[in-house]
Amino acid sequence: MTSYTAGFEDIPGTRVFTAARAKQGYELNQFCMSLMKPENRERFKANERAYLDEWPMSEDQKQAVLDRDYNKMLDNGGNIYFLAKIFATDGLSYLQAVSTMTGMPIEDYQKMMISGGRSPDGWRSIKDGN
Amino acid sequence: MARITAGLTTSHIPAIGAAIDLGKTAEPYWKPLFDGYEWTKAWARENVPDVVLLVYNDHASAFTPALVPTFALGCADEFRPADEGYGPRPVPVVQGRADLAAHLAEGLILDEFDLTLMYELDVDHGLTVPLSLVYGQPEQWPVRVIPLAVNVVQYPPPTGHRCFMLGQAIRRAVQQFDTDLTVHVWGTGGMSHQLQGPRAGFINKEFDNAFFDRLVKDPDGLARLPHLEYVREAGSEGIELVMWLIMRGALGPEVEELYRFYHVPGSNTAVGHIVLRAADTR
Repeated sequence: MTSYTAGFEDIPGTRVFTAARAKQGYELNQFCMSLMKPENRERFKANERAYLDEWPMSEDQKQAVLDRDYNKMLDNGGNIYFLAKIFATDGLSYLQAVSTMTGMPIEDYQKMMISGGRSPDGWRSIKDGN
Repeated sequence: MARITAGLTTSHIPAIGAAIDLGKTAEPYWKPLFDGYEWTKAWARENVPDVVLLVYNDHASAFTPALVPTFALGCADEFRPADEGYGPRPVPVVQGRADLAAHLAEGLILDEFDLTLMYELDVDHGLTVPLSLVYGQPEQWPVRVIPLAVNVVQYPPPTGHRCFMLGQAIRRAVQQFDTDLTVHVWGTGGMSHQLQGPRAGFINKEFDNAFFDRLVKDPDGLARLPHLEYVREAGSEGIELVMWLIMRGALGPEVEELYRFYHVPGSNTAVGHIVLRAADTR
């Protein structure tokens, strides 16, 4: 790992989409892009597992999609702008989908945003604990 | 001679486009946000440039995981609104300005900025939401637009310094274009936001306001801010702010601040908007 990439590992609750992660998540993200086409969305919704099996994705990636576990998708090289095609297919907004990664109920997350968002305090650095 | 006379920056949140398209701008959640653009809409009616060079990023619309250009210049005659999965936004087709784009391609590449040139490019909310915020819902956009798409999705994006230098090079190239044109440069995206992981919802008002101040008065210093500081202080998607430095570089050393607006939240994001006039408009 380069020092550039390693620096980001110190930021809590964050997976920066590096060139290495882009390679790891390539097929997952390409699967997401395929959902831009209405006919693919229909086929995916009709049988998610069968549609996923058409892609050379890892089992972890497929399971994360089936579970709509967005943090696990990020761990497996997914990027939010590609993953957006999945939650658009599900009829969810960015706000709704993003909230699922925080462990907060959507109502609490929405309330936090309206109150000014998540404070940076405690979320800057693992090392410095600030 | 062409000249760059003004610039602005604005967030380009997709939900803003949806609120406009669905007629929700007067709802209590959205009204304070849209009220913040009223000054600019009035200013923009009185100050219509011939061309807007619009710096934005694509969000997995035109660029798939197969292709990640750092800087991509739109050289076509027109750019269609992209279908982002919900159908294309009901906004006018964006009219380009191919002669100036060709001139910029030549000037910038010879100035050692190795651009990707786009002769087909569907433009997503990153480009059309700023147009809607400034020009409302016209039958046709009142300006020609040259899109400049910047990779801020996959790390590393270009450094802030490289963006600032590109802006300066754009200024030089525009000044060498032998047609009497007024050009505005827009930088879009930001401000602090994070759309991923347990840290999602991150907002940093202190950082954002300091960023505004430094953008106006200390762009050289601001351009040295490393990516790590953007992620730490503005969130993983706050890195979009490097695009504002292209706008700032293009306006020349001195600017006059005409207007500023800041609002939280727009969906998951801190909305930031500033309008600047170039002091030297030669």
